Amino acid sequence: MAELTLVEAVNDALHTELARDDNVLVLGEDVGRAGGVFRATAGLRDRFGPDRCIDMPLAEAGMLGAAVGLCMAGWRPVVEMQYDAFSYPALDQLITHVGRYHWRTGGRMQFPITIRMPYGGGVRAPELHDDSPETYYVHASGIKVAIPSTPADAKGLLAAAIRDPDPVVIFEPKFVYRTARGEVPEGEHIVPLGRARIAREGADVTLIAYGAMVPVCERAADELAGEASCEVVDIRSLRPLDEETILASVAKTGRVVIVHEAPRTVGFGAEIAAIIAERAIFDLQGPVLRVTGFDVPYPYWTIEDSYVPSVERVAAAVRKLIA
Amino acid sequence: MSESELLELYRRMVLLRTYDERSVVYHRQGRIGTYAIFWNHEAIQAGATFALDDDDWIFPSYRESAIGLVRGMPAETILHWWRGHPSGWWNPAEWNVASICVPIATHVPHAAGLAWGKKLRGESGVAMAFFGDGATSEGAFHEGVNLAAVMNAPAVFVCNNNQWAISTPIEAQTRAETLADKAAGYGIPGVRVDGLDVLAVYEAAREAVERARAGGGPTLIEAVHYRAAPHATADDPSAYIDLARVDEERAHECVGRYESFLRDAGLLTDELVASVRKDAEDLMRAAIAAVEAEAPPDPELLFTHAYVDPPPNMRNG
Repeated sequence: MAELTLVEAVNDALHTELARDDNVLVLGEDVGRAGGVFRATAGLRDRFGPDRCIDMPLAEAGMLGAAVGLCMAGWRPVVEMQYDAFSYPALDQLITHVGRYHWRTGGRMQFPITIRMPYGGGVRAPELHDDSPETYYVHASGIKVAIPSTPADAKGLLAAAIRDPDPVVIFEPKFVYRTARGEVPEGEHIVPLGRARIAREGADVTLIAYGAMVPVCERAADELAGEASCEVVDIRSLRPLDEETILASVAKTGRVVIVHEAPRTVGFGAEIAAIIAERAIFDLQGPVLRVTGFDVPYPYWTIEDSYVPSVERVAAAVRKLIA
Repeated sequence: MSESELLELYRRMVLLRTYDERSVVYHRQGRIGTYAIFWNHEAIQAGATFALDDDDWIFPSYRESAIGLVRGMPAETILHWWRGHPSGWWNPAEWNVASICVPIATHVPHAAGLAWGKKLRGESGVAMAFFGDGATSEGAFHEGVNLAAVMNAPAVFVCNNNQWAISTPIEAQTRAETLADKAAGYGIPGVRVDGLDVLAVYEAAREAVERARAGGGPTLIEAVHYRAAPHATADDPSAYIDLARVDEERAHECVGRYESFLRDAGLLTDELVASVRKDAEDLMRAAIAAVEAEAPPDPELLFTHAYVDPPPNMRNG
């Protein structure tokens, strides 16, 4: 075990997977010479050469489209989108081809593309460096989506994505890229997609989150100690989704608060709330509450703290449920 | 080109022409769905692909839906595709023909990626992508061609400039004097050829493929003609096109033009023409009978290929 930051764990996963499988390629903007704007790809070009860690022309859709062709040539591309909101041009390729090509070949050809990108706010950045676009990706058919909140999961989920036969998108919470530190297994380490993690056990209220909102929920649970015992479920994987772990927690507590940074309407919290309503409504002792971003553009950074769900807002939702 | 090659090229053109003409009839008879017509595009499709080896890849748009025929793909497969039947799915690696690309120009980066990926592996193989004049306005065209150029990928980009994107004429599409001129912006050669002259298209493609194989990178070929048929069976061009011009174009259609050339060269007789046409017609007759005899698809196919390893809640609807 080594203690790493979350972004170091991403880098560790890439080094490990490129060494393990000669078919894995890393491509993106500034991933080679610079080692990535967050240093997630540092050292790859020196170690594996400019043909395995490739600086691409500035074209997100072209890059992802090229990844489709690279799969046809037998590669397993790992594509970095430099920032969340920079990935939007690539949604064209994602929706029309990446998620459909396997289906379109009658299952005869696989497209094991991994897309990874830093996402989310809180880093005092200019406009369009702060978005939480996971809903767009989860809604696209044929795509899997995972979001780690800890360094160990950042390594394990990325490795699982790279080895997965389907296209997988990994959103990395940039707010905790360097502040989340933790023990990370050395060498090969896999966290299977589709398994939620109980980040903290509790009895009274279930807080459901992913990415940078997991530590917010944990701090809210700390603050509420003495008032309510909160269970924190880190769902880790939005598709496949581990419904059973969510439902088991709801059965135990009967109260649910779902937390995400993305805007509320049709955010992933709506999906979780609907699943709970369909499968566990008689377990509930109150309404399913959501604490989310607002249905507005992600704000300028001087007021972003009023946008991103805070410990206070999460705690207030819990107090409403236990009142 | 040898005599047998010249005749094989003719056979391919007739096969494509027959596929297209029969498909329009099948559509009118309600036997296939909406169909994108490629009548008079046979010289481009047969000519350009004639420059390829079997391990080279073809990336078709819907206008080249039947281009797999030149590789021996069964007409049944393509008819199934136009019938909306999952038996119209094929394995691109079996024919080195990518799936039919419906959204305009989005397959251009795929061709760039395949060509570049082959090169990275040290494997031979050229990627040839087909798209229309309208596609050159799309970002995906620009991104794909630029990427292929930067990576010096062995790719050939064949622009079928029939001067119409459904109802939008070429002058509303670009201010460039020619589409081949766009190649200069990517630092690659751009060539303009008569899209109704199969030998001219072949020669341009042969040079481009040779250059790509030799490490010279991609080429943009603009094959110019004039769309002499509707965009698709659902389109009525009388609302926007000059029908007199269309009639003129039809009088100079490309299969007849090549046929005249072969006759003048003493390579083609009435008997041979009849036999080539009959072979193509027999093939189509057998193909439509076969697809109509196929059982309706199992609704289970909704799910079967959506993922390699599907999420557990995929079937919740």
